[in-house]
Amino acid sequence: MPVSTRASRLIYDGLKATGIRIISALPETWLVHLIRMAEDDPEVTLVRLAKEEEGVGISAGAHLAGVKSAMLMQNHGFLAAINGIVSCAQLYRIPLLMLISDRGSFGEKDPWQTEGGGVTVHVLEALRIPHARLDGPDQVERRIAKAHTLAYSASRPVALLLGRDLMWEE
Amino acid sequence: MRRLDAMQAVYGELSECVVVTIMGAVAAELQSLGHRPNFFYLQHAMGLASSLGLGIALSRPELTVVVLDGDGSLLMNLGGLTTLARYRPRNLVHVVFDNESLLSVGGFPTATSTGSDLGAIAAAAGVPRTLTVRTQDDFRAGFMAALAARDLTTLVAKVEAVGPSGYVTDLSLLENRYQFQRYLKDTQPKA
Repeated sequence: MPVSTRASRLIYDGLKATGIRIISALPETWLVHLIRMAEDDPEVTLVRLAKEEEGVGISAGAHLAGVKSAMLMQNHGFLAAINGIVSCAQLYRIPLLMLISDRGSFGEKDPWQTEGGGVTVHVLEALRIPHARLDGPDQVERRIAKAHTLAYSASRPVALLLGRDLMWEE
Repeated sequence: MRRLDAMQAVYGELSECVVVTIMGAVAAELQSLGHRPNFFYLQHAMGLASSLGLGIALSRPELTVVVLDGDGSLLMNLGGLTTLARYRPRNLVHVVFDNESLLSVGGFPTATSTGSDLGAIAAAAGVPRTLTVRTQDDFRAGFMAALAARDLTTLVAKVEAVGPSGYVTDLSLLENRYQFQRYLKDTQPKA
């Protein structure tokens, strides 16, 4: 599978460096290594979800209880989580670090990913969610740290879009 | 059984737990019995109270978390029951007040009014202890048994479709949120 193990390791180490102790996730091709790393890490609780919106509630509860968390999802999972993001995380000022695999952009071969890919950034902007892309390995650690810093200083959701050039090795 | 009477019957025990409620009537009625800093009212995001309770329960295993859910909310997040069962927090009691209706938006009947059985759904999702009760005495007994069992329990309380006259209270959403977070911080075990 051409999902980059090296990039996944960089992202995982970047997340761990911010003090994340709970990761909620739904499987998606680009996220397989990240989910495996969380599963194998005794310092992290991996919560496998039925639907991404649950992860917003879990992260909100963890935050109120003093534990840092992150969500791993595909952009269609982000779309499925929007009511929770708005009416839990934004309404209640919950810092939420979302890592979203940005399927459906240039190079996408799966027709079913293309609609979600086309609207993700627009929806993030409509929701006023600060976002940045991770496209190269050199950006990963610093951008994750900065996204985490903003999420906590603003007490709001932030998003990092995991790009094809970073995650997929063809 | 009225939901208010059910909550009154266990109010003393709730004072010792961390409580997460859904929006609307449950939140307003619990506040009418007396707000406490360990009570959090998720005044929107229907369905996520049980997920939020799971997040607290996983983060703080030394606390007892009580989620006060409703049929309309739970029906919006049935998948969450499978996640709850999968991680089986032994410090979480999941109470579902089932009045078979979406009371606060006009009383439209939910699917529990036509036979969907939330206790059976929870059991089939893998929740190890489930119970459905119809009287105040049975509710209190079931709740006390759930606390004593120290295992994940879904307790479905069939209640009348009656609620308070209004839902907005004097407690603002963010005041409640920060007070609750402070309570959890102050009760953190010393490292």
